Amino acid sequence: MTLALSGKDIARQIEKQFPGCVAESAAESLLVKAESLLEIAAYLKNTPGLDFDYLTAVSGVDYFDCFEVVYHLTSLKHNHSLVLKARCYSRDNPALPSVVGLWRAADFQEREIYDLLGISFEGHPNLKRIALWDGFEGHPLRKDFL
Amino acid sequence: MEIEEVYSSRELDKVEGRAINELIARSQQIIPDPDGWLDEELDRNILLTSVDAVLNWARRTSMWPVVCFPACCAFEFITTAASRFDISRFGMEIVRASPRHADLMITAGTLTWKMAPQVKRIYEQMAEPKWVIAMGACAISGGIFASSYSVVPGYNRIIPVDVYVPGCPPRPEALIHGIRMLHKKVSRASITTGGE
Repeated sequence: MTLALSGKDIARQIEKQFPGCVAESAAESLLVKAESLLEIAAYLKNTPGLDFDYLTAVSGVDYFDCFEVVYHLTSLKHNHSLVLKARCYSRDNPALPSVVGLWRAADFQEREIYDLLGISFEGHPNLKRIALWDGFEGHPLRKDFL
Repeated sequence: MEIEEVYSSRELDKVEGRAINELIARSQQIIPDPDGWLDEELDRNILLTSVDAVLNWARRTSMWPVVCFPACCAFEFITTAASRFDISRFGMEIVRASPRHADLMITAGTLTWKMAPQVKRIYEQMAEPKWVIAMGACAISGGIFASSYSVVPGYNRIIPVDVYVPGCPPRPEALIHGIRMLHKKVSRASITTGGE
């Protein structure tokens, strides 16, 4: 079975490389600052021993005071996994860097999050609606609709 | 960058989005059943000729459904078509992939506005005379998704419906009952008064 790595252990390793870039770490996940998401993601993918070469899922969460994007990473080589998170606090214009350059799997999933939650992923090659049609008003999965 | 080549052009998306928004704007009213006049005319004692009898017999005993099964009600239709319930008893076993060969659309499932233009196009491609059975709660009124932002609240917003079969999903017996009701309806139609 795939071994879920501890966010705390990985956080210690990342802190050495990128000081002050980890916002929170727990046993099950690792929350990084939005501006350093891309470098940390690249580090997790390319560092020998970590080798997170496979992006299982990307999901978006609306917590009212912030949006959170959750990346489920897996290494096929070492059969271990990690949950990486990043937050953006703007409600009018939430944005995060796109990880399509690292994992092509993020392409459709980032488009879906953009479609339903309205988070724009900067650097995405084709950021447009995927499930709803062009011209639809609003982003229906936001909690504002409750 | 090679990634961009696999995507449809932005223009196509805009055209599609415009078409869907126009369809929504056009579809705020329920389309009445075109055969609603049948009962009324029968009350006034119209004469059914033997041509009608032969024509209607032919039409109702070889009704071929078109493939239009957007969601879960499809499984009940599949059961209805399989050996236990066996709609080939009514000459309906051939489910046509081409709408040009079909007479009947069984709308088995939830329809989203994004899918709606395609379903409307399939309906329009079917040759006259043609009939529609709205199968299940979603097809009748949108069902539990009726107030959703993306679901068509009933197929009768985009195409005229002849028979409504309630249920979530309806059992095969219910669908067969609906088909039998449609057969009765077809047998009342007349070429002389224009009803089909």
